[in-house]
Amino acid sequence: MNISIKISDKPLDIKSCIDWAMDPQCGGIDVFIGTVRSSTKQKKVVRLEFEAYEKMALSEMNRIATDIFKKFAIQKILIHHRTGVLQIGDVPVVIVIAAAHRDVAFDACRYAIDTLKETVPIWKKEVFEDGEEWVAAHP
Amino acid sequence: MKVNVLAFGIAKEILDGSSITADLNGRNSVNDLKLLLKEKFPGLKQLSTFRIALNGEFAMGNELMKESDEIAIIPPVSGG
Repeated sequence: MNISIKISDKPLDIKSCIDWAMDPQCGGIDVFIGTVRSSTKQKKVVRLEFEAYEKMALSEMNRIATDIFKKFAIQKILIHHRTGVLQIGDVPVVIVIAAAHRDVAFDACRYAIDTLKETVPIWKKEVFEDGEEWVAAHP
Repeated sequence: MKVNVLAFGIAKEILDGSSITADLNGRNSVNDLKLLLKEKFPGLKQLSTFRIALNGEFAMGNELMKESDEIAIIPPVSGG
């Protein structure tokens, strides 16, 4: 199995994700870890809430993975996304790419997170001390 | 023809529920549904954009829907 796609409301296990990608054929593992920041646009974030249209999010994440295999000479790809309530410092997303060579690992990992942010039906709500806002919903 | 439309993210707040039933009145395309939704829920017009998913795929707009289709409002995504 060289694709691992998951959506979970439990904390992501970063070490397991990396362990999964380790492979004697791969000289480079590139990892992207998304984290919850403490402030955005000068406002202090109390927490984030992530919601997914799970069935479609999984199929879009799988589509990104198969697309990446066509575009980049990689061996393995993992995309795990967390949903529910996340606190500052929590990890909503982990992407791991294993490839024979580091160039494609870097490129594929960048492409994966960039594409996920455009196409996967997952939504993030920022909760501030004085209100809340769905990210990117309004111009 | 009546269709069930799922709502996610901010659309749940705009529609005041996680799904609604829409009566298409003979206009069965995805584009027709979008117009109907914007008319019934003007809050949708304030979004940067929104897409419709048809059976888990982004719709182009000219698709004709069936009662058994799974239809969802997809507000601007913000995963990752």
